[in-house]
Amino acid sequence: MSNKTVIIVHSGDMDKLYSALIIANGSLSMGMEVSLYFTFWGLERLKKGGLEKGPFSKMNFLGLGKWMVKSRMKKANVAPLEKMMTDFKELGGKIIACEMTMEIMGIKQEQLRTEWIDEYGAVGTYVHEAKDAEITLFI
Amino acid sequence: MTKIEVDTRGETCPVPLVECRKALRKATPGDEVIVTGTHPASKKEIPMACESMGLEIIGIDEEADEWKIRIKR
Repeated sequence: MSNKTVIIVHSGDMDKLYSALIIANGSLSMGMEVSLYFTFWGLERLKKGGLEKGPFSKMNFLGLGKWMVKSRMKKANVAPLEKMMTDFKELGGKIIACEMTMEIMGIKQEQLRTEWIDEYGAVGTYVHEAKDAEITLFI
Repeated sequence: MTKIEVDTRGETCPVPLVECRKALRKATPGDEVIVTGTHPASKKEIPMACESMGLEIIGIDEEADEWKIRIKR
């Protein structure tokens, strides 16, 4: 079955990570396969304690904007990123960490949430994953 | 045949859809999964997901803001 979604998670911004994980979990829920390829600022979010650390892409105002939007999200009962990630793994989602980003940013495997990561790869891994995917996005 | 109840009342996107999928994965063929919720878009999207997975919807009930979808695994 080539019924698959592949997303490059390039941004480390919180709102964009929400978009990526909502689309990913939605795809899994529709019975599709999903791979998330974490690279550049996105990979920072896979660091231990880093998942919720991203700023907002707009109106962050040194964290004040993020705090305001987060309190509204809590009111609207939006699930935390940690739950979305747990659901993603439970539904069989795959995570690939970009090796080149690790090298450039000096990120060691032991700094990452390795329990989430299925594979460490480069561009070939992404192309291999995406060439038969019906949905592929760069976020 | 077992009946599996999933309560997503008060939850928003994408939780009802995800919880429904989690329950369907745990269910065995012949089981009935009953999802209750209040999120309006999920009332349309859960049947869409079931259709793309080839699962049968036994019934959809609605009362005020609350809906109940019965799915045959």
